[in-house]
Amino acid sequence: MSTPARGTLPRASGPRLADPILQGVLAAIAASVLLLIGFFFVKLILESEPAFEHTGVVDFVFSNNWVPSRGQYGALPLVFGTLLTSALALVIGVPVAVASALYITELAPRRVRGPLTLLVELLAAVPSVVYGLWGIFFLAPKLLGAEKWFSSTFHFIPFVGGSPAIPNYFVASLILAIMIIPIVSAISREVMSTVPRDHKEAALALGATRWEMIRIAVLPYSRAGISGAAMLGLGRAIGETIAVTIVIGNAAVIGDTVFSQGYTLAAVIANEFGEAASDPVHRASLIAAGLLLFILTLVVNLVARYSVTRAESAGARKVPVGMAG
Amino acid sequence: MTNPDAPERVMPDESPPATSRTSAPAPATAAALATPAVQGAKTGRSMSLEGLRAFYGDSQAIMGVDLHYAANEVTAMIGPSGCGKSTVLRCLNRMHEEIPGARAEGKVTLDDLDIYGPGVDVTSVRRAIGMVFQKPNPFPTMSIFDNVAAGLKLAGIKSSDTKEVVERSLRGAGLWDEVKDRLSQPGMGLSGGQQQRLCIARTIAVAPEVILMDEPCSALDPIATLKVEELILELKRDFTIIIVTHNMQQAARVSDTTAFFYLGELIEHAPTEKLFSTPEHPRTEEYVTGKFS
Amino acid sequence: MTAVLTPISSRRRATDRAARGVTLALTLLALVPLFLILYFLLKEGLGAFSMSFFTTDPTGRFLGNAGGIRSAIVGTVIIVGLATVIAVPLGIGVALYLVEYGKQSRFANAVRYFIDVMTGVPSVMFGLFIYIVLVVAQIDGTFAAWKGAIALSLLMLPVVARSSEVVLNLIPNALRESALALGAPRWRMIFRVVLPTALPGLVTGSMLAIARAAGETAPLLFTVAFVNGLSANVGQRMNSLPIQIFNDVSQAQDRLVQRAWGAALTLVLMILFVSLIARLVQRRSRLQP
Repeated sequence: MSTPARGTLPRASGPRLADPILQGVLAAIAASVLLLIGFFFVKLILESEPAFEHTGVVDFVFSNNWVPSRGQYGALPLVFGTLLTSALALVIGVPVAVASALYITELAPRRVRGPLTLLVELLAAVPSVVYGLWGIFFLAPKLLGAEKWFSSTFHFIPFVGGSPAIPNYFVASLILAIMIIPIVSAISREVMSTVPRDHKEAALALGATRWEMIRIAVLPYSRAGISGAAMLGLGRAIGETIAVTIVIGNAAVIGDTVFSQGYTLAAVIANEFGEAASDPVHRASLIAAGLLLFILTLVVNLVARYSVTRAESAGARKVPVGMAG
Repeated sequence: MTNPDAPERVMPDESPPATSRTSAPAPATAAALATPAVQGAKTGRSMSLEGLRAFYGDSQAIMGVDLHYAANEVTAMIGPSGCGKSTVLRCLNRMHEEIPGARAEGKVTLDDLDIYGPGVDVTSVRRAIGMVFQKPNPFPTMSIFDNVAAGLKLAGIKSSDTKEVVERSLRGAGLWDEVKDRLSQPGMGLSGGQQQRLCIARTIAVAPEVILMDEPCSALDPIATLKVEELILELKRDFTIIIVTHNMQQAARVSDTTAFFYLGELIEHAPTEKLFSTPEHPRTEEYVTGKFS
Repeated sequence: MTAVLTPISSRRRATDRAARGVTLALTLLALVPLFLILYFLLKEGLGAFSMSFFTTDPTGRFLGNAGGIRSAIVGTVIIVGLATVIAVPLGIGVALYLVEYGKQSRFANAVRYFIDVMTGVPSVMFGLFIYIVLVVAQIDGTFAAWKGAIALSLLMLPVVARSSEVVLNLIPNALRESALALGAPRWRMIFRVVLPTALPGLVTGSMLAIARAAGETAPLLFTVAFVNGLSANVGQRMNSLPIQIFNDVSQAQDRLVQRAWGAALTLVLMILFVSLIARLVQRRSRLQP
């Protein structure tokens, strides 16, 4: 008889250890992610220690004198540049990104939605060094005239006036704004597409126009998710390095106007690490700048993740299209 | 049983159509008070389909339907799943075209106005022909009050009137006593049946001519269902009601006439009692006697 | 009897039109830089293209022939290739653990959380981290291509892990159960049923991670540094397209800037090629989100 007799269970053909081994290996890989992040954080703190010893934690963050040649490491101009450029980038980029998301998900004729989405996503395929290249050789010189006009016409506005430099905070902000548009738009689209069909139909059935439907059904529902998307964009803008390094001028001072040259935390690391190699305090100060940058992006991203996840899980109950009946 | 050709209540309606409300003193029923602009009873309007065909992309769901929905009556549309009854309903206020790739052909009239005609604004159509959905769908970010007022705000009704109309509409939907002390709380906090009546209040607040209901009780428990059914019988004094249901007992309880659909075609339309007792078409008989579903 | 519909007020109609107009205008505005960048890439970049552009290495001379970008192309392929070899198995491994074993356990959720944290870490930080632990510490010399590959793989890991988790979650449980019901042990079910079914999606996710890593400059700046000549030794410094562009931009000499445009066009074309393949593979996948 070739078949096994009833009541006996044949042993598994493979080695019985294979299952626990696979599970162990995969768990170890997963655990290594946690260890890596922990090691990363500890290493940053340890290596930046000499900088804080040299300058003091408070002075490092809040004093306005970054002169490595004199051994002065007050990162305030860098922190200022980082916050100013990313805030401006947000102000410029988010309305554009959200408007494009609204247009693509709710207003555009159906056949152009795919191509428009693709084009907006293409913006993300451009490497940051190419944004820098384009920004410094095309955008910055072209903008100069407009900046001069704006600066002399609106000199009464705070942080406006004087004579604009070619690389400056504003150019950096504009480049950052363009760079965050794809991610903010993509996440906003994702959030808007989770707005249940019934809410939108409820508005339409009351005689709402498309825009009114957006206002009463889409926007209130996706507000948390959109602010999360904006925060993720902020995280990107804060950490963006090469494009900013190329177009901001790399002057470690707090500029008088938005058209002055400046510096950011990320740019200083990219720009000065070469000369810092031989000076342990300078190197530690750059690592400390990195630590500051890391904490800043971490906080921003955690807030962002929280609001996006909350918004998406609220919209998770998908409603089937009413074809039955 | 009502004869579809002779409305139970003939309204003297020689006045200009846009203001075709009687100036009779308000009847006691709360539902009759749901007119925002003019105090008093109102009448619904009839609707008709002529050669209605509907498509989802390339596939045709409705094969050419002619049907008359009499004013101030409840017309039920029944049939097995996928027979097209919901699609027909969604063609009646042009919600069908909101589904990607969906379109409709033929003529749909409100009295004698072709709602698919050139120059007809789709938002005005939906204002005149309200809809209650299968699943209660109050706006989740709005309070009970704001939900009912949502349509009024869109239409630009003055805020001094809003409170009054919200109360009348909630009374009309039989919900006032249950929610009058918590109007500022979110609409999502209500039970399913209350949510559905809130949606009905929201619909009647803008004083439509016709109310479409797409299986409005399928997500409700039997007691909530009973309340909504009672409400439907009250609402038909003031509105024309067209209801899709998969529940034949419900059709028998609430409707004056019933239309049976099968595979995208209208098989039979008759006074409800007749359709359920002596249907003319063998398909109808098989369906109403439960031979298939 | 004639029905007359209450017309929509002209104000509401105008608001609706204005909203459509404004959102359309802003959408087009977002695309203006894209078209400008593509225009300049083609105009300036194609001008730089020639046979010798792709077949010679940068000379590093301040005057005369600046040379081409061969070593940069080769370097980018090697570094990104090595980064892929590191990041893809690890990323898919993490995703497999999360979907097949960890599920909603506390440990699995912690891993998910930190993968998310990693996604938000600026790429310059990975460069700095590898600079500290591998370059400054002089592990196997100072700057080296393999160190840059590790920096890039840290960047790719969360992208691969996240996208793979999504794909693995799309596999119907019935498929797993039917394999287990046939008496297959779990590991065999994973290798015979789960991975083959998910393959196109896993490939797509990995390709998108490659496209993202290929354009990164900052992580390489601190780890691989720069060299003019062609090299295939991953233990040494190596050239790469992003660094080549960055260096040429910093020199601000016309002929170097011209080479930067050519290198930029080459890099963008490589990235688009990889993204295109990713899309094609995705289209062939039977698992659609």
